[in-house]
This record gives sequence, structure tokens and C-alpha cells, in this order.
Amino acid sequence: MTGHIRAIFWKQMKETFKNKAIFIQFVMFPVMTIIMENSVKIEGMQPHFFANLFAVMYVGMAPLTSMASILAEEKEKNTLRVLLMANVRPVEYLIGIGSYIWTLCMFGAAVIGVAGGYTGTVFGLYLLVMGFGILVSMVIGAAIGSFSKNQMMATSVTVPVMMIFSFLPMISMFNKTIANVARFTYSEQLRLLISGLGHLKVSPEMPIVLAVNAVVALGLFIVAYRRSGLENG
Amino acid sequence: MNKTVEARNIGHSFGARRVLEDVNITLEKGQIFGLLGPSGAGKTTLIKILTGQLMPSSGDSSILGIRSIVLRGADYKQVGIMMEQFGLYERLTCYDNLSLFARIYGIPKEKILPALDKVGLADARKIAAANLSKGMRSRLLLARVLMVAPMLLFLDEPTGGLDPSTSDEIHKLILEEKARGVTVFLTTHNMAEAEKLCDHIALLNEGKIVATGAPKVLCRQYNREKRLKIHLYSGEDRDLSHDASAAGEISKLLESGDLETIHSTEPNLENVFMELTGRSLAV
Repeated sequence: MTGHIRAIFWKQMKETFKNKAIFIQFVMFPVMTIIMENSVKIEGMQPHFFANLFAVMYVGMAPLTSMASILAEEKEKNTLRVLLMANVRPVEYLIGIGSYIWTLCMFGAAVIGVAGGYTGTVFGLYLLVMGFGILVSMVIGAAIGSFSKNQMMATSVTVPVMMIFSFLPMISMFNKTIANVARFTYSEQLRLLISGLGHLKVSPEMPIVLAVNAVVALGLFIVAYRRSGLENG
Repeated sequence: MNKTVEARNIGHSFGARRVLEDVNITLEKGQIFGLLGPSGAGKTTLIKILTGQLMPSSGDSSILGIRSIVLRGADYKQVGIMMEQFGLYERLTCYDNLSLFARIYGIPKEKILPALDKVGLADARKIAAANLSKGMRSRLLLARVLMVAPMLLFLDEPTGGLDPSTSDEIHKLILEEKARGVTVFLTTHNMAEAEKLCDHIALLNEGKIVATGAPKVLCRQYNREKRLKIHLYSGEDRDLSHDASAAGEISKLLESGDLETIHSTEPNLENVFMELTGRSLAV
């Protein structure tokens, strides 16, 4: 089993720099964080403002779009069918792709964290929160990828979903009504968690919303997988 | 086990459209079997059913003694399937495309270059699959299948759209596999390819098998208008009936020394198909 997972992981690593659409997802926000944290200093601005903001947008965007896109592309080009007929089990494939995306996103998250000036325990907590968020986004991406027949269909579903999870936390900072809606999403709760890392403000609704979001994402994936498997859209 | 592939009363429909009807096929071990038919006859659908990629609407099939509908990943280790729609990893090089499957099958990496060399792609090992020509892609797909050393090969139009020289190279590889004892099931609408490679063929038209047998036997069987073609040194061609009535004239021509060549006319598979179905194979 581990041999197959390693083979899928290796294949993805080989493709990293060649698949520009995916690669840009991994590097865009870390690079933007480095630039903004070092070039924009406004009086009274919250500490690590850009790192906090971009970290949450990164979680809502990169793992979700890359998971959905990789899965949909493999379905569209029938390479996934070849893998499954070569005795690669669906779970091995998902773990192989998932571990690749998780690893690269965690690397990007670490860059954002370092650029934002996190250190010590706070940095560790930040990575823990990001790791969980990346996992939830990946499961949503896997659900979209399983449901979609091809990349075009995956993109048309991914874009609005990704917009909700990555932009709501940003807009909620400026609008109370939107904040009241956004607090039911895992990405908004992640933003609140990351913003409060220094003084560890955990409201009772945080773990509930995160757990419910994770369960709903997993449920969506199971429904999409049962309906379409990994081979058919 | 001598019966490597067996299809019993296979039928299949896509919605209201019937694409296969009562198809019965048996392949013996080490045989090259050709399924001939025009585009849309149901050839690819039958391969998908036999290899467990598609559930038939009726009937049953088995490969290597395992029912197609229960084939699992591990069962495919001895089955090589080359279908045009089975994609390559476009961004990976030829070498990396094979390397991935070598890792999956647990094949030593030392076997990758020989596999590429076998299909004439050793020099193209660093080229991304996206930059390959159609012929090179077909050869890479074949290398991916052959690297695993399967005992049963399904080749769906292996030379479709390729130039004669590339087709010849692929024919040689198929014959090499046969010499190794591999059973080959190939689909084609190229009658010359079927006559050259196949021990046994089936002609498929609109989902039904209209004739089956060895190519030469089928051609002889449908040789209804037996004729003799004679070419004289003078440049004249004569067409004689293939019976005793021609004996006198041939004898005279032989005595006079005017006869340059004499051939019996037998139908090729194209003619046989045309006679049976009223349509051409190359549609």
C-alpha cells in the first residue's frame, strides 16, 4: 500500500513545477504575504494583519482548487482509470494526492507564518490550525473532483465555493452582517483562531463550527464518491 | 487453461441504442485474435466489457478464468490494455511515465530504458508526453503495457492513424509478444493488418458477429466467383473461370511460351465483409 502512495506522491512532485496552474496556487499567497508584510506599514494596523488574512485565504483556496483540479484532470484524461486498473486503490490515490497537497500547502503556510513573524509556541499553534484547515479544504476539493466529469466542470464548481471560503473572512472584517453569516464557516473560525493565537481566545462555538464543517465536508465527499466513484463524473 | 478469453452471449445497449448483440468469442492461449469492424461497430465497447470496465446489459465474459465483472486491480497484473483513450501524463517525460508504473508494479527501474528501447523511444526518454507525435504516443502506450510483461494483451486499434513504417514496427512488437506465448486481442478496421497478424478473426457489424474463422479460411469460404488472372508477355491480361474449361487455353499459352504470370483471384477480408454486410470496413 505505501509503495503505491509513494508512487502517486512522487508523480505529483515531478509535476509540481510543470503544472503551473497548480504551482501558482501554492506560492501566490506566501509570496504576497512576504511582499505585503515587508512593504505596507500603516499606523494602528493589527499585528500580522496580512499574514492572518492571507493565511486564511490560502487555506480556502490552494488545497481546495488543487485537489479538485488534479482529480478532475486525471478523470478527464483517463489516467486515473489506468492507475486504478494497475491495482492502485482509490484510498491510496487519495492519500497520495492528499499528502502531496497537504505537504506543499503546509510549506506555504510555514512561509506565511515566518513572514508574519510568528515564533515558538504561537508558530506551532498556527501550523496546527492551518494543518486542520488545509485538510478540511482538501476534503471539499476531493468531493468536487469526484463529482466532476472534467476540469471545466470542476472549475465551475470550485470557483464559487473557493470564493465563499477564502473571501468571506476578509469581507467579514468590514461588515457585521456578513460576519454573522461567515462565522458558520470553518475559514472564518480559522481567521478568528489565528488572529487570537497570541492570547488564545477560543470561543465555545469555534470547535463546534470547525467540527460541523469537517463532518459536512466529509459527508459531501462520501456522497460524491458513492455517486460517481473516482472514475465517472 | 487454454481458453484465455471467453464471451458468452454478450449484449449491450447505451440507452435505446443497441451496440452489441449476442456476441460469442473464445480465444485460445497464444493466439492473436482480431476483431474487425468499421468505426462504431462496437469493438471498443466489447473490449471494455471483456476487461471489466463496463458491465454488459446481458451475457457473461471471463478473461484468464476470472469473470470480467469481478476483475479487481490485482487481476490486471497479467493483462495489458492499450486503448487510445487511456491517457499519458502529458507533463511527464516518456521515462517518468514508465517510471510511475514501474513503481506501482514493483518493476526494477533498470527495465524502463529497455522497455523504451523496445518501442524505439530510448532517444525520446526526456521528451514530455505532450510533445510526442501520435505514433510516438502509441508506442509509449505500448511500452507501458509491455513493460509489465502481461500474458494477455488487449490492443484497441493499435495502429489507427499511424504511418506504414510505425505500423510495421508495432506489428513486429505484437508478433514478438505472440512468440513469447502472449494471447493478443486486437481490434482494427485494417484488413491487411488482420491478415498479417491474426490467427483468428471475427467480423463485427452493427454489434453482431457476422463471420468468424482464420482469415485465409474466411477468404476461401467466400471465394464464390473463382477466377484466374493471366498476364501475357505481350502485355495482354485475360480473365478465365477457375474450372476445367480454362485448362485448354492455359495449356496452349504454356506451349506457346506467351504466359508470363497466372494468379487465382481470392477475395480479401474487405470483400468478405462487403459481401456479408453490404458495407465497407474502412468506414
